[in-house]
Amino acid sequence: MNSSTAQIKNILIVGCGGQGVILASEILSYVAVSCGLDAKKSEIHGMSQRGGVVTSHVRYGRKIASPTIMEGSADILLSFELAETLRWISYLKPEGKVISSRQQIVPPIVSTGLAAYPENIEQILRERTDKPIITDALPQAMELGNPKLVNTLLLGMASNFLDLPVEQWKMVIENSVPPRFKELNLTAFDAGRSLQ
Amino acid sequence: MKKILTGNEAVALGAYESDVRVASAYPGTPSTEILQNLAKYEGVYSEWAPNEKVAMEVAIGASMTGVRVLTTMKHVGLNVAADPLMTLAYTGIKGGFVVACADDPGMHSSQNEQDNRFYAKFAQIPMLEPSDSQEAREMVKEAFELSETFDTPAMVRLTTRISHSKGVVSTPDPSLRNSTTPKGFERDLKKFVMLPGHAKLRQPRLLDRVEKLQAISETTSFNRIEYNERKIGIITSGISYQYVKETMPSASILKLGMTFPLPVGKIRSFADEVTTLIVVEELEPYLEEQVRMLGLDVKGKEFFPTTDELSTDRVATGFARAGVLETAVPPVTPPPPEANMPRPPLMCAGCSHRGVFYAIKKLKGIVHGDIGCYTLGVLPPLQAIETCVCMGASISMAHGTAKAMEKDIKGDKRPVFAVIGDSTFFHTGINSLTNVVYNNSNVKVIILDNRITAMTGAQQNPGTGKTLQEEQTTAIDMEKLVTALGVKRVRIIDPYDLEETLAAMKEEASLDGPSVLITKRPCIQIMRGAPEKIFEVNGKNCIGCGMCQKLGCPAISLGDEITGGRKNGKTALKQSVIDPTLCTGCSLCEQVCKPGAIQEK
Repeated sequence: MNSSTAQIKNILIVGCGGQGVILASEILSYVAVSCGLDAKKSEIHGMSQRGGVVTSHVRYGRKIASPTIMEGSADILLSFELAETLRWISYLKPEGKVISSRQQIVPPIVSTGLAAYPENIEQILRERTDKPIITDALPQAMELGNPKLVNTLLLGMASNFLDLPVEQWKMVIENSVPPRFKELNLTAFDAGRSLQ
Repeated sequence: MKKILTGNEAVALGAYESDVRVASAYPGTPSTEILQNLAKYEGVYSEWAPNEKVAMEVAIGASMTGVRVLTTMKHVGLNVAADPLMTLAYTGIKGGFVVACADDPGMHSSQNEQDNRFYAKFAQIPMLEPSDSQEAREMVKEAFELSETFDTPAMVRLTTRISHSKGVVSTPDPSLRNSTTPKGFERDLKKFVMLPGHAKLRQPRLLDRVEKLQAISETTSFNRIEYNERKIGIITSGISYQYVKETMPSASILKLGMTFPLPVGKIRSFADEVTTLIVVEELEPYLEEQVRMLGLDVKGKEFFPTTDELSTDRVATGFARAGVLETAVPPVTPPPPEANMPRPPLMCAGCSHRGVFYAIKKLKGIVHGDIGCYTLGVLPPLQAIETCVCMGASISMAHGTAKAMEKDIKGDKRPVFAVIGDSTFFHTGINSLTNVVYNNSNVKVIILDNRITAMTGAQQNPGTGKTLQEEQTTAIDMEKLVTALGVKRVRIIDPYDLEETLAAMKEEASLDGPSVLITKRPCIQIMRGAPEKIFEVNGKNCIGCGMCQKLGCPAISLGDEITGGRKNGKTALKQSVIDPTLCTGCSLCEQVCKPGAIQEK
C-alpha cells in the first residue's frame, strides 16, 4: 500500500478452541519483538471456551499500526484445522502461503444433519493458492509423543517462510513451554522446519 | 526486556504503577482481565463484587479514605453502575478514582452495542481513550492525576480491540510504583452527603470543572496534531487512529486521546489548516456531532459505518467513498460458500446445564433465560430458553409473564420458569427473586449453580468460598439465602440425574406459588484431572435413533452407516460415536439411550 508498510509481515493463525492457536501467535509475536521489531496481535475467540472458531492476527515490522490484517493481505495462513483453512482463505494475498494441518474437527451441527462439512478442501486450496502445504500434523505430533506438539510443529513449518532467525525462535519456544517439555518442543520445531 | 501486553494487562500495570490500593469489579468481557492481572500485584486489594453498582460503591468508600481506587466493567456494566457514577461526579473524590470501561463494538460477547463515550459527557467527567497497550498504561496514570487534580472520577474507555489486542509496552517495571501516604477518612458532610441542599452547592463545580479540564484537553500531549499533507485532515480517537494510520499515512491527523472535554481550540485550528475535514470513529458519531456543533464543515458517518467494529478494510473503503483514496482495498476472492459451515459456540462436553435443559424442554413451559454460558441453551438442538435480556432479568421477566397470565390470559396453563446462574443470581437475581416472593407469583426459578462464574472464564463469586486473590472465605449458602428471602419451596437437585431433575421440575410445576430448584454440579472447566469414567457406543446395540444427538454434546458425533437402516422411509441411519478425548463421563447420553448402546468404557 505504501513504503512504510512494505516491510510488514501478516500472519493469520486459525483453528478451533483448545487447539493452541493463541499460544502459537504469542510465540511468533515474541520472536519478532526479540529481533527488535514492533509487533501486534489480536484475537477473536467465540463465546464458548471450547470448539468455536478461533483466529489470531499477528503483524510485525518496523512500526505496526492496525492490530488486524486486511482481507487479501496475509503473507501466511497458518491453520490447525482443514475447514478453517478454507473459511479464512480470502485473507491470503495472491502470492501468500497456506500452511495447514490436515486435521478435521467436525462440529455437532454437522452430526445432527443441520450443516455439511465442506468437501474437496485440499483440491480447492491447490486451485486457489500456489503449492499449499497440507500436512498430517496431528499424527506426526503424536508420533513425537504428544498431540499438543502440533503447535510447535506448525510454527516450525511457518518459520521457513519468515525472515526471523532460527536461534530467536528456539529461545522464545524454550521460554514459553514448561521445562520438561522443552526438548520435545524443540524437536517438534525442527521436524516442522524439515517439512517443506 | 520489552513485554507484549494486552490493553487490559497494560491498564492493570498502569493502575499498579499509580499506587492503586483498592479495586472492585464484576467480570465482564472484554474487561475481565484487568482485575485478574491487578490482583497479582502485591499491595493491591482486588475483589470481585456481585455487580458493577456494588463495585463502584466499594471504590467510592475506599477513595474517601484517600487511597487510589479502580473499578472496571464492560459497557453494559456501566448501565448498572450509572446510578452511583452520576452522583459521584457531584461529590468528587478523595483518593484518585478511575473507571475503566470496555465497550464491545461488534458484540463479540455482548447483548447490545453501546458507545460509552456518551457516559463521560453525560456525567461531565474527563475521559481518555487509548489507541494501543502502551497508551492504555500511560492514560491510566494520567487519569489518576486528573482525578485528584480536579476532584472528579475519571474514565478510561477501552474497546474489545484495545482490551484484547497485544502490543509492545516499554520496560514494564513494577518497582516504578509511585507510593503515596493516604490521609484516612475525614468527615466532610457538604461534600459527601448529597442532600438536595448540598448537591445544589456542588452542581456549579461541575461546570467549573469542565471548563478547567477543557484547558487541559487543549494542552495535553494525548491530543496531538500530526501534520502531513494538508489537503485531508482526519480527526480520530481510540483504535480508529490505527486504522487511519494504516490506510492514510500521508494525511494530517488530529489524534484525540482525551475525548471529554474536547479541545475546541485545537480542533478549530486543525480545521483551519486542512482543506477537507473528516472524522473517523467507531460506533456513534460522538466526535462528529460535537465538531459540527462548532460550525465546522465535516464529513464522517456518511462514509463510515455506525454499527460494528471498524477495520482497516472498512476505513479504507470509507476513504475511497469519500473520494480521498483511490484503490484502497486489495482484491479479494471470497471462499466457496460451503466454507461457511457454522461452528456455533457450544456448552462443553459434560456441562451440568445440559441435563437441566434437556429436562425442562419436556415440560413445554415458558422459559426465561439469563446471561451466562447457559444462554447457549437457545441454540439447536436444545433450544430450551426463550428470552434473554440482561443480568438478573430472567426471574423478574418470569414474574411479569406469570402475573400477566394469571390476570389476563387465563386459558394458558403453561408453567413459567426462570433459569439463572449462581453468579448472575448474586449479581442482581436476588433483587428479582425478592419481588417474586413479595408479590407472590407462580414462578419456578432454577438456579444453575455450577460453583463459578463460567462464561467469563471461571472467576470466583460469593458462592464459591474463594476470593479473587485466592483467599478462603465464607461461601454464601444459596439454599439458606433463598429460604431467608421467604421462598417456602426450595430443593437441591443433581442435574446429572435426568429422572430426578425432570420429576422435581414436574412436581414444582404442578404446585401454585414460587419455588426454587438449585442444581448443584461444578463447571466442567474447573474440574482437574482425568474423568473417573468415560462412555462408548456399543456398535451392536446402536440403532441410530439419534436420541443422544439431541443432547448437543460436542463429544458425540455420527459414525458408520447402519446396514439397512432407514429413517422416514429414506435416509440411511448412522451410529453415534463418542470421542474418548472429549467425554467427561457425565452419563447423560447413557441415560437417554433407550436400547442401552451407550456403556461405560
